[in-house]
Amino acid sequence: MEQLTASMPLIVFVMIGTVAVASSILVVAMRNPVHSALFLLLTFLCVAVLFVMQKAEFVGAVQVLVYAGGIMVLFLFVVMLINVRHLPDERVLSNFWKGGFLVGIAVFALFVTLVRPGVYHDENANKSKLSTVRDRVVINSTKHPGSVGHKRVTRHNVNSEAVADALYTDYLVPFEVASLFLLVAMIGAIVIGKRELSAIEEETAPDYMLARVETEREVKEAMNAGN
Amino acid sequence: MPAIDAWLMLSGTIFTVGLVGVIIRRNMITVLMCIELMLNAVNINLVAFSHRLGSLEGQVFTIFIITVAAGEAAVGLAIIIQLYRLRSSINVDEARELNG
Repeated sequence: MEQLTASMPLIVFVMIGTVAVASSILVVAMRNPVHSALFLLLTFLCVAVLFVMQKAEFVGAVQVLVYAGGIMVLFLFVVMLINVRHLPDERVLSNFWKGGFLVGIAVFALFVTLVRPGVYHDENANKSKLSTVRDRVVINSTKHPGSVGHKRVTRHNVNSEAVADALYTDYLVPFEVASLFLLVAMIGAIVIGKRELSAIEEETAPDYMLARVETEREVKEAMNAGN
Repeated sequence: MPAIDAWLMLSGTIFTVGLVGVIIRRNMITVLMCIELMLNAVNINLVAFSHRLGSLEGQVFTIFIITVAAGEAAVGLAIIIQLYRLRSSINVDEARELNG
């Protein structure tokens, strides 16, 4: 029984890793983009399990929330929106698929040569740092009654707090840059994705849309007149 | 716990699958999904090294990579929608106005 408990992480790793690799292959192999998206979801969930196995609970949660929740919905939304009809005999592979497989074999051979067993030795690193925070706590001083002092209190098994500690101290500038990046990406996606009404579409466009275009035109004219 | 080379091999395999998918598929949405696969493989690598070295940097960088992946997916899908409006097709090899 103890032996089984000791080898449990290995069993979970082999099972989840197999599912992750198999579903990632199916992402590439499926004809229908919806099927690809669902297998991609399975891969993301397996990777989240692998993160949690390695004391990265917060990253695992972010993986499920952002990837499985946000990005997957975006993909499925676009697949449904553009609604491409594939003919059964349409080619799925591009013209240089042979070169693609060659590149894949070469890159995989490179990885196998780089990651031979025994190249990297597992060190006994201090893994408690991954989930430890040190709080500064105010206490009543014992030497001088009536005044207060500080004490360092270490708490364990708090991975989210440890990551937050690193994000808001050492990595504050990259964190803010990331928020700016998200703003720019959002504006860019809206600007690129928005549709301009053309003359042909005006006949089929709903009334409220035409009214909005009309209002915009009036506003523009009023502004030009003001200038 | 599996050794570090097992994690690296797993991430290398998923990365290779994503790379092959990017090259061989014609459907642009699937190509974007394969790019997400490659980014995920890199994340596995970073978290594995973070666990091995006992340092938080790998996890912090993983969060940044997830952020970048979200932005990249949003902009890429917007480009795909616009291309579909323009050409009624999302095949990679039919968008060839820019080749020389």
